[in-house]
Amino acid sequence: MNMTEQGKQDYRLRVSAVCPQTNLLSGCAKAFLVGGSICVIGQLLLYLYQNAGMDMQTASTWVSVTLIFASAVTTGLGWYDNLGKFAGAGSIIPITGFANGVVASAIEFKKEGFILGLGSKLFTIAGPVILYGLITSSLVGVVYYLVTMLGG
Amino acid sequence: MQLIHAFWVGGLICVVGQILLQRTTLTPARIVVIFVVAGAILGGLGWYQPLVDFAGAGATVPLTGFGYSLSRGVMEEIQASGPIGILSGGLKATASGIAAAVLFGFIGAVLFQPKLK
Repeated sequence: MNMTEQGKQDYRLRVSAVCPQTNLLSGCAKAFLVGGSICVIGQLLLYLYQNAGMDMQTASTWVSVTLIFASAVTTGLGWYDNLGKFAGAGSIIPITGFANGVVASAIEFKKEGFILGLGSKLFTIAGPVILYGLITSSLVGVVYYLVTMLGG
Repeated sequence: MQLIHAFWVGGLICVVGQILLQRTTLTPARIVVIFVVAGAILGGLGWYQPLVDFAGAGATVPLTGFGYSLSRGVMEEIQASGPIGILSGGLKATASGIAAAVLFGFIGAVLFQPKLK
């Protein structure tokens, strides 16, 4: 009796240890493929814009703008959400995922009005990203300024 | 060659996100914020720049690249205009991306209807 209880518990532990492992592997493989492919599209656009005579910085900015535009269109058509179901973080982590969050919440809350619906919910994802990004980068700036002042 | 590096570096950054998504209780929104903050810190330490030089869009397209742009903008603006750059540099460097997301977001929301779930 004691042995079977022990055996059941061992089995449960084993299942919980083994089961998500396979899910994690396939999840990571999908995220890798889709995330990597989005970056490859970005890199191809980067070559295209640099060939058109832009410097690295300008070309890189245009790549972001192009990807954000593409994400807005595919989000509106409902395609990006389908990609998200397959790719998980592979569709969340690239800048297209950020744009998807912005556009999707704006569309979703349009029915609550243009000001407090669309207007404020547009920033559901963009708000925290900009807030915590700015806090971090300004702290970086403070340290950088002090270091360069002391160093120079 | 950089095209191949863009693929595997960008893919691996997304894998880190996928592990956080599946192995922790963090929501996607929190993971996104963590990536931006991490990118800004790595950018400030000067550790992200080599990755950008190596992998191009593989490093700039993931959201860590957005954080890196914020910090890089701040540091460049401090060099150019002094301590006011702490405030102005980050948004200056990322202005196009933020404006594009906000404007395309608005246009998208006006043109498209919510999908039935």
